[in-house]
Amino acid sequence: MSAETAGATLEVAALTKTFGRHTVVNDVSFRLDGSRLLTLLGPSGSGKTTTMRRIAGFEEPSAGRVLVGGEDITRRPAHKRDIGVVFQQYALFPHLTVRRNVAYPLEMRRLPRREIERRVGEALALVRLEDFAERLPRQLSGGQQQRVALARAVVFKPRVLLMDEPLGALDKRLRETMQVEIRQLQQTLGITTLSVTHDQVEALVMSDLVAVMDGGMLQQIGTPRELYQRPANRFVADFLGASNILAGEIAADAAGRPSFRSTRGLVSPFDAGSRSVPDAGATALVVIRPEHVAIDPRPAAAAEGPGHPCVVSGVVYAGDVLWFRLRAEGGDEILAKTLAGADATECREGDRVVARWRREDCLLLPA
Amino acid sequence: MSAIDTLVRRHGLTTCLLLPPLVFLAAFFVVPLIEVVRGSFFAPDLTFDHYARMASEPLYLRVVSITLKIALLTVLLCVLLGYAAAYLIATASPRARQLLMLCVIVPFFLSTLIRNYIWMAILQRSGLLNHALRDLGLITEPLALMYNQTGVVVVMVNMLLPFTIFPILSSLLAISPDLYHASSSLGAGPIRTFCRVTLPMSLPGVVAGALLVFIVSLGFFITPALVGGQKEMMISNLIDFHIRQVLNWPFAFALANVLLCGTLVLYFLYARSVEGRLPRTAFP
Ligand SMILES: Nc1ncnc2c1ncn2[C@@H]1O[C@H](COP(=O)(O)OP(=O)(O)O)[C@@H](O)[C@H]1O
Ligand SMILES: [Mg+2]
Repeated sequence: MSAETAGATLEVAALTKTFGRHTVVNDVSFRLDGSRLLTLLGPSGSGKTTTMRRIAGFEEPSAGRVLVGGEDITRRPAHKRDIGVVFQQYALFPHLTVRRNVAYPLEMRRLPRREIERRVGEALALVRLEDFAERLPRQLSGGQQQRVALARAVVFKPRVLLMDEPLGALDKRLRETMQVEIRQLQQTLGITTLSVTHDQVEALVMSDLVAVMDGGMLQQIGTPRELYQRPANRFVADFLGASNILAGEIAADAAGRPSFRSTRGLVSPFDAGSRSVPDAGATALVVIRPEHVAIDPRPAAAAEGPGHPCVVSGVVYAGDVLWFRLRAEGGDEILAKTLAGADATECREGDRVVARWRREDCLLLPA
Repeated sequence: MSAIDTLVRRHGLTTCLLLPPLVFLAAFFVVPLIEVVRGSFFAPDLTFDHYARMASEPLYLRVVSITLKIALLTVLLCVLLGYAAAYLIATASPRARQLLMLCVIVPFFLSTLIRNYIWMAILQRSGLLNHALRDLGLITEPLALMYNQTGVVVVMVNMLLPFTIFPILSSLLAISPDLYHASSSLGAGPIRTFCRVTLPMSLPGVVAGALLVFIVSLGFFITPALVGGQKEMMISNLIDFHIRQVLNWPFAFALANVLLCGTLVLYFLYARSVEGRLPRTAFP
C-alpha cells in the first residue's frame, strides 16, 4: 500500500448534538486538508467521542454537516461512508482470526479472493503481524490487537481514518512507540486522519493540527506549536502543558508602555500577540510557561536590572529536569522548570533567587 | 473450635459447601438411578429380554421415532421463534425490554397443568380457535388441532420457548455495540452485519437453547398425555403406561434407560462440539 491518492478533505460544519436538554457537542466546525492528521484533544466528557461518532455516521447529528472530499455525507449510512474507524476497545470480531478480521472490509466490498489475500498480506506486513494471521484476537496482547484494529481500518483505503483514543488502553512505553508508528503509517498511506485523545503529549507528538475541546465546544485549533506558544484562552493554556497563569490588570510602566500587574503586585511586560492591547485598568490574564522562567541564584542578582525577587518554596527533582516552586514578593506563586545542570540546580528550599522571563514569553490571554 | 471449622480447614471451603448437595443427590438421585438400571437387567437373574423386546416390537420403535420427531420439530420452532423474540428484546429500549421480559417470565409462574388445560380450551373442536376461525369465515368444518402431533408441538413450543429465548438473549446482550459499529464502518449493511457478526456470535446461545429444549422435549410427559392422541404416544407416556397400567416395572426401567442414554450421548456431542471452537464467553 502506498499513497496512491492524496487523502480526501474532511470538513465538519456547525456540528451539534444534544441528548435531551444536554448539549454535548456545540457548534463544532473545522476543516482538515487531505492527508493531514488532526487530533481532537480534551478532557474526558468534552464531547470528543460524540463528535467522532457523528462523523463515522453511527448516530445522526442534531444539527450541522459532515463533508468528505467536498461531498455532504451527513445523511449517508455508516456502511456507505468509506471511513475507517479504530475503536478505543479495538472492537475486533472475537470469532474471527486476525486474517479474517482484516479481510472483512474487503469481503464486504466483494473484491476478488486473490486481491483480498494480497491486500490483507500487505496490511499485516505493514503492522508487522504476518506471523499472527491465524490467531484469534483474544490470543494477542493489547498492542497487537491495536495493530490489527489499525490494519483493518486502513486495508480498504478509506477516505478518512478516525481513531478514538487509539492508545488509551496501552501502557506508557508502548504508547510512546505506537505514537510514532501510527504517525509514520498515516504519513506513508497519506490518509486523512482524525484522532481523539485526552493526552496532550500524544496530541502534540502525533498531529499536524490539534483541536482543543471543552464542554462540547472547540476552544482552539492550530498546529501543536501554535497551540503551545499562542494558547487562545485560559483553558488551552492550562490544558496543554504546565502553565503559570496570573490574573491582574493592565497598567502602564514607568516609560508609559503597557504592562501587566497581577492582583498581588507582580509587574511584567507582556506580549499581546495578534490581540490588541487593552486599555490601562482592564482586567487581564497572562500565561508564562515554566520552562521560560529563568532562575538566577546569585545573591547579588536582584540588583542587576529587571527581575522578580523570589523565595524558593519547593523543589522537585525529576531526573532530567527540576521543578521549582517560587514565591514572589507579593505572594504570587510561580512554577519554574530547569534542565538538570543549569545554574539553579543547587537551589534549596528557602533560598532567595531572582526569576526572569522575556517579554515575549509572558502571553496575554483574554480575561 | 467447632466440627465445621475443622472440616473446612482440612478439606477446603469448596468441598464443604459441595458436601450437602452431593449427599442429597446421592441419596435421592443416584441410588434410585442405580436401582432403575439394575431393575432393567436383573429379574432377578441377568437378562436382556426387556431391551430385546423394545428392539423387536415395531410399536416401541414407532414411539421412539415419534418422540424424536416431535422433539426435533419443537426445537426447530423454539429456535426460530426464540431467536426472533430474543432479538426483539435485545434491541428494544431498556424500558420495553423489561416489559417484554416480564411477558416471557409470567407464564412460567402458571402451573404447567393449568397451561395445558388452557391450551386444550383453545385447541379443541369447539375451542376458541376453531370458533374464531369459523366466525371469520375461514373454515366451515372445525380443524383437528388437538389429539394429534400438531397440538402437541404447538403446546410444547409454548412451554419451552423461554429455554431458547434466555440463552440466545444473553449471548446477544454480550455482543458489544462497538462490534456493530465496527462492522458498519467496514462496509457491512444491517443484513450482512447480522449474518457475519450477530448470528455467529450468538450461536453458542442458540446451541445451548436448542439442546436444552431437545433434552426436555424427549422426556415431556404432561402435554402429550393431555393434548396428544392415542397414536402419538411419546416415550415418557409409554413409561408411565407400563408403570401404572401394565405394572411391568422392569420394562419401564429399560425404556427410561434408553431415554437417559440417548440424552447423555446428545449432551456429550454438544459438549465436544462447543469445546474449543466457540469462545468460552461471548467476550474475551
Ligand atoms: N447516548 C448518550 N446519552 C446521553 N448522554 C450522552 C450519550 N453519549 C454521551 N453522552 C454524554 O456526552 C458527554 C460527552 O461524551 P463523550 O463524547 O463520550 O466525551 P469524550 O469522548 O470527550 O470523553 C458526556 O457528558 C456523556 O455523558
Ligand atoms: Mg471518549
